Amino acid sequence: MRKLALSDEILLNIEKPARYIGGEVNSVMKDRDKVDIRFAMCFPDVYEIGMSHLGIQILYDMFNRRDDVWCERVYSPWVDLDKVMREKKIPLFALESQDPVKDFDFLGITIQFEMCYTNILQILELSHIPLHAADRTDADPIVIGGGPCTYNPEPLAEFFDLFYIGEGETVYDELLDAYKEWKGSGKSRKEFLERAAEIEGLYVPQFYDAVYREDGTLLSFTPNNAHAPEKIKKQAVMEVTDSPYPMKPVVPFIKATQDRVVLEIQRGCIRGCRFCQAGMIYRPTRERNVEKLKEYARAMLKNTGHEEISLSSLSSSDYSELKELVTFLIDEFKDRGINISLPSLRIDAFSLDVMSRVQDIRKSSLTFAPEAGSQRMRDVINKGLTEEDILEGAGQAFEGGWSKVKLYFMLGLPTETEEDMREIARLSDRVARRYYEIPKEQRKGKCQITASSSFFVPKPFTPFQWASMLSAEEYTRRASVVREEFQAQLNRKSLKYNWHDAQTTVLEGVTARGDRKVGRVIEEAYRLGCLFDSWTECFRNDLWMQAFENTGVDIDFYNLRQRGDDELFPWDFIDIGVSRRFLRREWERAIKGEITPNCRMQCSGCGAASFGGGVCYEGKN
Amino acid sequence: MKARIKFRKYGALRFIGHLDVMRFFQKLMRRADIPIAFTGGYSPHMIMSFASPLGIGLTSDGEYLDIELTAPVDSQEAVKRMNEECVEGIEVLSIRQIQDEKKMTGMTILAAADYLVSVKRGTLPENWKERFSDFMEQKEIRVIKQTKRSEREVDIRPLIYRWEIRGESVLLRLAAGSAENLKPDLVMETFLSESTVPEESVSFAYHRLEMYADMGEAGKRNLVSLESLGQEMTV
Repeated sequence: MRKLALSDEILLNIEKPARYIGGEVNSVMKDRDKVDIRFAMCFPDVYEIGMSHLGIQILYDMFNRRDDVWCERVYSPWVDLDKVMREKKIPLFALESQDPVKDFDFLGITIQFEMCYTNILQILELSHIPLHAADRTDADPIVIGGGPCTYNPEPLAEFFDLFYIGEGETVYDELLDAYKEWKGSGKSRKEFLERAAEIEGLYVPQFYDAVYREDGTLLSFTPNNAHAPEKIKKQAVMEVTDSPYPMKPVVPFIKATQDRVVLEIQRGCIRGCRFCQAGMIYRPTRERNVEKLKEYARAMLKNTGHEEISLSSLSSSDYSELKELVTFLIDEFKDRGINISLPSLRIDAFSLDVMSRVQDIRKSSLTFAPEAGSQRMRDVINKGLTEEDILEGAGQAFEGGWSKVKLYFMLGLPTETEEDMREIARLSDRVARRYYEIPKEQRKGKCQITASSSFFVPKPFTPFQWASMLSAEEYTRRASVVREEFQAQLNRKSLKYNWHDAQTTVLEGVTARGDRKVGRVIEEAYRLGCLFDSWTECFRNDLWMQAFENTGVDIDFYNLRQRGDDELFPWDFIDIGVSRRFLRREWERAIKGEITPNCRMQCSGCGAASFGGGVCYEGKN
Repeated sequence: MKARIKFRKYGALRFIGHLDVMRFFQKLMRRADIPIAFTGGYSPHMIMSFASPLGIGLTSDGEYLDIELTAPVDSQEAVKRMNEECVEGIEVLSIRQIQDEKKMTGMTILAAADYLVSVKRGTLPENWKERFSDFMEQKEIRVIKQTKRSEREVDIRPLIYRWEIRGESVLLRLAAGSAENLKPDLVMETFLSESTVPEESVSFAYHRLEMYADMGEAGKRNLVSLESLGQEMTV
């Protein structure tokens, strides 16, 4: 029987001990003496969040297909266990073998959102691995980062030996082979990193020098090692249909956030919303073959026993075989008690029809993401959704029996005026009015319109990467303008307005577009006790502010400054395929409120065609 | 038709709580293709009920759940199929057809359970066996039972149906079910406090061995295992 790393006394005195015992259905056990490489794959948040992440399941499966690799999982110990592990000096362990992470060859960390940065330092420290790559020796694992935040890895540069920029399916095999060759060759850690730096898509931060001007902006960013290329090319799998996909994903004992089979139908998005990083970095859009997806659905439901299947993509409605796929899922699984979940669908006659077949319309709510209240603002962000679309969709839904609608908005977008803010409330009210146009005897009581707003954070590799942000006070003021306008609406009793916290927005702003100097703040905040910053019950803004003060790093430099056309950005050494020229053109069009057609309507020459596939070559052979 | 599944829970799975064991079995039914029946309505769920939840930290050789089948299965073959889809920590021991009446579900008829208690950490005084016998030979064992709303003093001695010292362990047969229910840790904690053994000096491992229904008549107890009330199915 497997021996657990934690004693009964510890496990019985912490929340949800099942987070730490492994042994789940489809988790992979191997003989540690018969593999060459041990890989610890980490999602730096609590188990239930981390287990819901598709990317890790894909890589876990892909690595474990190799006989010479054993990939295991690691998640952040919750604060209760964190305390015990520090007190008792228990090293962080991987779930499968329960062996210390420190004894592994690799520690891979997926970096999905900025507010997990202090958790990364917790993982390193609890593993007894030096926080700084420069202090690590041959006895330490190679620490490699991946995921969307690595499109600007600079705030984390000092903490990682390597970053993998892009989709994991392309060059990991090459890296693992290179490692195997190096291990036992007697060569130094640095020599291994030099070899890794030669692999396309891999970035070794210590092989680059960032030089800053007096005003704090970047003067130059150049390799200091002959093995390191000037530009790092983002990795993208062009044959998504043939790329590995986990037929036997791990099934947690405790309920994870995503307790279902996830079917990734496509990568990328044709829409080109100007605030959206995913829409740019995952270009070009690539679809998986529908027959293959049907096969996957059958196999994965059987192998997991899950009672729900969900489609995953940035915009499911744009998947060209959506009708075929959804009809298949309903016909094949509906009568077997399997729930079918269809997120990110545009509301139209087709989607309302399928939704009425897969969910209880009395209980479920419909979601629209207009992102902005006024048409002017929606044109600025290139959200190709008109007020007519929204009211028409909502109207059809109300007539079909729905009465709950959720609306998602952003506040603090570039060029936003008070009028744009107030339009959020007015648009919500017009949706409610549409409901009350239905004759009283045909509708079921009141409608519930819930509007939520988050504050916009400019992200690298988007047309808005030049945009300035606002102060926390100004964000809060804008939310109160919207709230006040909600109270002035005719149907205010049917409207509800929620807004996101402004303090974390400010921090996300600094880390999203930060440079190497920001690393010091993260480390200081962690030293002061910041951890699980995305959890409201743990977030300590006062400590973060203290960290900025202690390190002399200025928030306003990162957030309030309008960046110039010629400014060298910390992330400019990464080549995502989409050109900086295109992004700049989009920024200029945004300011003028000009919209840009989506990839299927007309190619705008963003540069992603250089990958040689996907939507850029649809219909061309 | 109704069927009763008996299973073992051991090892690391002792840290999985009852609700998660339920979820585990729901998914297991699908993986093993057991033709289980669903309730109707918009969100159908499997017809499945457990005889008695097992607390976190406990292991067991005799856990039960009753399910409704839409088609008969072959007991031997179904057990094999389920175990192929299980993980270390849960082992299906049997699946047997039971009577269809509602009042015969495991949850309803459960009357008693056997537990094996052993020292997990720390030590008991050398003469603990004598002390334990003395403790058990009392006519009454009065304890304060705390419920969510109140606390009251009860005599737990009549709820201990049988006890026996087995080597270094203690076997307890205790009342279980909806009418009367006694947990083994309450017995052991009371023993410790009455024989003035400091509570922190020793901790116990509790292992459930079996669960019983009372098939006796006229107030005479006749305990039979829940498993024995079912019949092997062959297809």
